[in-house]
Parts: sequence; C-alpha cells; structure tokens
Amino acid sequence: MNAIEIKNLKKKYKNGPWALKGIDLVVEEGDFFALLGANGAGKTTIIGILTSVLNKTSGKAYVFGHDIDKELDQAKRMIGVVPQEFNFNIFETVFDIVCTQAGYFGIPWAKAGERAEIVLKQLGLWEKRNAKSMSLSGGMKRRLMIARALMHEPKLLLLDEPTAGVDVELRYETWEYIKDLNKNGTTIILTTHYLEEVEQLCKNVAIIKEGEIIANDSVRNLLNTVESQTYVLTVNRVPNCEKISKYNLNPIDDSTLEVEIGINGSLSSLAQELSLNDVEIMDARPKNNRMDQLFLNLLKK
Amino acid sequence: MYFKETSVALYTLVRKEVVRFLRIWTQTLLPPAITQTLYFIIFGTFIGSQLRDIEGISYMAFIVPGLIMMAVINASYSNVVASFFGSKFQRNVEELMVSPVPTWVIIAGYSVGSVLRGILVGLIVFVISWFFTTPDIYNFGVIALFILLTSLLFSLGGLINGLFARKFDDINIFPVFILTPLTYFGGVFYSIDMLPEFWQIVSKFNPIVYMVDGFRYGFHGFSDFNVWLSLGVLAVFVLLLGGINYYLFDRGIGIRN
Repeated sequence: MNAIEIKNLKKKYKNGPWALKGIDLVVEEGDFFALLGANGAGKTTIIGILTSVLNKTSGKAYVFGHDIDKELDQAKRMIGVVPQEFNFNIFETVFDIVCTQAGYFGIPWAKAGERAEIVLKQLGLWEKRNAKSMSLSGGMKRRLMIARALMHEPKLLLLDEPTAGVDVELRYETWEYIKDLNKNGTTIILTTHYLEEVEQLCKNVAIIKEGEIIANDSVRNLLNTVESQTYVLTVNRVPNCEKISKYNLNPIDDSTLEVEIGINGSLSSLAQELSLNDVEIMDARPKNNRMDQLFLNLLKK
Repeated sequence: MYFKETSVALYTLVRKEVVRFLRIWTQTLLPPAITQTLYFIIFGTFIGSQLRDIEGISYMAFIVPGLIMMAVINASYSNVVASFFGSKFQRNVEELMVSPVPTWVIIAGYSVGSVLRGILVGLIVFVISWFFTTPDIYNFGVIALFILLTSLLFSLGGLINGLFARKFDDINIFPVFILTPLTYFGGVFYSIDMLPEFWQIVSKFNPIVYMVDGFRYGFHGFSDFNVWLSLGVLAVFVLLLGGINYYLFDRGIGIRN
C-alpha cells in the first residue's frame, strides 16, 4: 500500500508565487523517504497540506488510501508530524504537552500517561517531564517535538528538518531512533538540509526545485549518476599542474590541491601520476559528499 | 471521531484551558476581584450611601448583579481571546489542526473553558459582595441561565476576535473600544428607567442592557424588560455566533493559509 499518493498537487499562496506547480509523488508504506530542496522549494508546503495546516489550491492527496478531501480524520490518524519550528506551548510541562496531544487523538489521560512514559524515556526526556518546555535545551525541544508526534503511534511520521540546530552527538542519536522506528514499520518522510542525513538514512528521495520535482528515485540510483567528485588533497609539495594532463588540478596553497575526478579517473591513478612527479599525497578527502554533489548538479540544471 | 474519542478530545481541550487560567490566577482571577471590590467600595459604599433606594432595595444591593455580570463578560471574553491568540502566536494551534478533533469540539472546548472562568469569576465577585450587603436570590434558575448564556456568548465572540487577530493589539481593540463602553452603559450602575427618554431609547440597542437587566431579575425579582424575551434573544445570538465560529473554523479562516 502507498503511504502517500499525491496527484498534481498545486499551491499558490495569497499574493505570492506558485509554491507547488503540480507535484506527483508516491511514497510506499515502510519507506524512509527524503524530500530535498533549497529553502522555499515547497517541501514544507507539501507537509503542511498533508497535515491540513495549509489549504491546497488543487490536486489530490491520499494518506494510506484516505483522501484528505473526504476522509481527513482518518488520514490525520495515520500521521505524526514534527514541524520545522518549535510550536508547543512554552508555559506547559513536557508531560502535559505530550498527553494533551494524545488527548486530541482520543487517548484518555491515564493511558496517555503510560504511553508518555515509554516515549519520553526512549527520547531521554522522562526526567524532564515536569519541567516547563521553555526551560529545555534546543536538542531537548527537538526531541519533545518527536515525542509529541509519536503519542498516537502513527503509521507515517513526517519530519520537517528534525535535526536542524542539533549538535552532532544528538543528531546521531536522533538518527538511530528514527531508523529504529522505520525498522519497526513506521513510514518516514524527512525533509532536511543535511544531505549526509539523506545518504545515511533514506531509501528513496525526491528533489524539489521551485515547486516541481526534478528527480525522484532511490538514493543509490541517484548517487550512481554523480559523474565526478571533487577531492581536496594535502601533498608534500605542489607540482607543476600543467604536466599532469589527465586531471584538472587546482592548487589552493603550497601544500593543498583540489582535483575533480570523473568516471574515467580514480584517486589511485592520480596518486601514481603524482608520485612520478615526486609528489606524495599525505591526505585526501572529498570536498563535498556525493549527495551534496548530486544535489548541486541537479539544482544547476 | 467516535463518541468516546470525541469526549476525550473535548475533556482534553477544556482541561488545558482550565489549567491555563488557574496557572496564571494572578492575571485571570485576582484582578476582577480587586476591581469589583473597588467598585463596591466607591460606588456602593461611598456614593451609594448618599442615594435613595431603587425599587425598594439599597443601591449597594442594586449594583451587585451588574458588577457580577460585568466581571463575567470581561473574564469570558478575555480568556478565550488571549488563549486562542496565544495558541496562534506560538503556533501550538497546529496541535489541534493536525489531530482529528471535530470543529465543533474545538469551539466547544475553548468556549467551555472560558465559561468556566466566567462563572468562577462571577462566584468570586458574588462572595465579595457579601462583605458589603446580603444579596437576594429571587430565581436561581434565571441567574444560572443568564450567567451561562452571557459567558457563552462572549466566549464565542472572543473566539472570533482571536481568529481574526494578527497581532496582540488586535485582541484589545474590541474589549477597549466596544465592550467596555457597552458594559458601562449597560445598566450596571443604574436602572434604564432613571435615564431621560432619549437615552432610554438608545440603551435599548445595547445588548448588555438586557443581560444585566435579566440577571438582576434573578436576584431582585424586577426588570425593565421581559426576562424571557431577553433570554430568547441571548440564545439566538449564542446560536448565531456559534454558527459563525463553525464556518470560520471549518474554512480555516484566520488559522490556515
């Protein structure tokens, strides 16, 4: 079954441009799907429409087969959403915030309390349950948003930049938690600016540019289309670059070179050529990861 | 949503509202107690002692229902407008929007929360009035109906204000420029019969006159207008504002782009 099916979805903001210009998108149940795009591309608009925070201009959207125009309540029951910006009441306690959300889904307070204990413990917030949300750190607030979204055990979790502004350690912890959710059957749709996040976590990806999907495939297939990779090399000395014709070497300083390696070249063959010129590579690292490269390539088209 | 789930959602929203106004009781319950006490002292004791009885009761006893009603109106209105606009401002209204809570439950939840604050404030002012006079209770049923319908009406009005408000200034415009003058000219401190004929006619266009008058009937057993007609008109306005709220929420006006 498809977790999400979107047909010719359009959105025009009042006095604004077309945010979505006719999106078609299918996300299968159990998928870990990424929506990628620059700021203002339309990612959050899609999530807003699916969760009925925004009205669509036209088009159809189905959540686990439920038409959001006709069966919105059933569709909403399937979805847990973690918005981009903190949107809980800063004067309420952590426990009240998650239990209130459960109550809106018809879960009685006592049962919500039991569920809150499980979710808050999993996300390391149980000790803070009686703290007002305003007193939490940024990372804790992010986790509170995830906890709130999971209170009614949704089949589909929409994560709108869930790790924005989160430190590296916490970001990895959040990844692990989300990966476990996905393994246990929850379909995940993620929007993020961290392309590494997509490469590490997601099976499929759609790239949106100015309200249109410009690529939609598995992460693996899309990465295979990346034809070249730029490396930054630390070397013992910078050679005369014109002598090494096969590679386009770009000296940065006396010990750093930048080189673009296409599908016909390799780092090892470059190393061999450099050694013939008495240049030794001390360190080599990709300038961008492959996902960054893919993303930039697609946006340039 | 099934009945049980709907009931839970309604309870949750009402609970949230009650917890909110009890948490900030120094802003929600204390100010009307102090303000109305000042009215009792200044208008009831200092000035009222110099005035003749009205319909056979002391001026202090005469103003008790009006002062209670004034506090109830302000509390009901300001509770919902502040709470709902606060939810919009912090965007936690989205918690409701993404959940399957029926529209009528959202309206009922906010309204019941405000009605409860209105009634609680009314009770506080009633208790304070005992320090100054012994209020009559002529017809408790009429008192209960008027306090319930009036607080419900102003809760619904406040909710519409909250929907349309875009900034904090917008939640004060109606209470300051419309509600306060109507309340002061609503017969809280005088009987309409005491006014010149022209102002009596003008007063008949002020809906708060009927609420105060009917409420006073419940205490003292006399009124300027037919109490049941006032109740009927009040009920019609409640239904009308309820319908407007339903339309606005259903269309997402003020909350959904």
